[in-house]
Amino acid sequence: MIELLANSSVSESANSPGWFLVHSIGVGMGILGLVFFLGTAVGMVRFPDFYTRMHAAGKGDTLSTMLMLTGFGLVMMEDFSLSSWLLLLKILGIVLFIFITTPTSSHALMRAAFEDDEMPLGEKDLKKLRKRSRKSTFK
Amino acid sequence: MKEWFAIIMGASLLVLMVPILYRIVVGPTGFDRILGVNVIGTKTAVILVIIGTLFDRVDMFVDFAIAYALLNFVGAIVVSRYFNRTVPLQEMEKPKPKPRTRAKT
Amino acid sequence: MYPIVIFILLLGNWIVFSGKFDAFHLGLGVISSLFVTWISHDFLFHDRKKTWDERMQETGAFFQYVPWLVVEIIKANMHVFKLAMTRKGYEEIAPRIVTIKTKLKTDFAKFVFANSITLTPGTITMLIRGDVFHVHTMSQFLEDDLLEGAIERKVAEVFEPEVLKLRRRKK
Repeated sequence: MIELLANSSVSESANSPGWFLVHSIGVGMGILGLVFFLGTAVGMVRFPDFYTRMHAAGKGDTLSTMLMLTGFGLVMMEDFSLSSWLLLLKILGIVLFIFITTPTSSHALMRAAFEDDEMPLGEKDLKKLRKRSRKSTFK
Repeated sequence: MKEWFAIIMGASLLVLMVPILYRIVVGPTGFDRILGVNVIGTKTAVILVIIGTLFDRVDMFVDFAIAYALLNFVGAIVVSRYFNRTVPLQEMEKPKPKPRTRAKT
Repeated sequence: MYPIVIFILLLGNWIVFSGKFDAFHLGLGVISSLFVTWISHDFLFHDRKKTWDERMQETGAFFQYVPWLVVEIIKANMHVFKLAMTRKGYEEIAPRIVTIKTKLKTDFAKFVFANSITLTPGTITMLIRGDVFHVHTMSQFLEDDLLEGAIERKVAEVFEPEVLKLRRRKK
């Protein structure tokens, strides 16, 4: 039965317009993930303190990894054989795992930092920081 | 086309990891460094899948990616829970009458 | 009843991860799944008092909840992108800590609520002490959005409908 499934699906051509659509959706998702990861990387450098950096890392990491992995799973699909379905299922398993664990680990890191007496920046500290940076840019 | 997509994707991921490496090297506190390591570890799972595409052995490399994501998560939890502990866990879980909020509203 | 469900879940995992369908590998999978089920049959599914219908309802509600969460995640990423890349967004940053009290009771609902707060725009859960959540927010309007309690209502709709009924009666 399984061999029958595999044989019947190989006979379909891999260059039909339907497959082109699926592959281009995959490529688009990958590029979108790269764009969001660019936001994460720039945020990690530019944001003022640890907690705001955690915002950038915790959110951007989740979505960009999910998008890239799903896009690669779609690009990898070439036929409806059983092995390629299993591959897509495995990749979706990684996506589900990351979707659950990244917020959890970022929460754990945040809690550890708060317990370790790491002060979050208030608005006054931010104003001071901004004034200093403006002065330095004018000079 | 698939190979070129994989190569361009992996190269741009590698380039985008450089700012996070900067954060790991410079980062004022230890937590910044752990955070950067965590982000790079998550992206390494993606890069493993890309390498699998280039070698045509995706079914094998996906297993590596799963193991790497698992190790990354466990590492972050272990570091955050046991290396920086100042208050015991049971004491922390109790509801306190005055919550500690530092930033003034 | 529950050990059978756990066994089926474990066996499905084995089949997806191994990808081989001959008798030897399937037999190995059955043996190891039986062993793991025997060891850990009381770990998964914390609350055993619920009936089967309630479980199915919860699962259906969870699948309604996921698309909303995905839309929220995309919004959150646009927000982070705007804050990081534009100068005007960078001026907008005003971090502060908000304390909120939830009416959710079970641990799993609290876990889902905390993860949803972390994934929605501009907010991250910092500490959970009993019912009290300490949330770190990025800017002012997000804080108002959080205090209105839209996320909590959404989570309560899925996991604990009783809480919602109680609140309506109080109003």
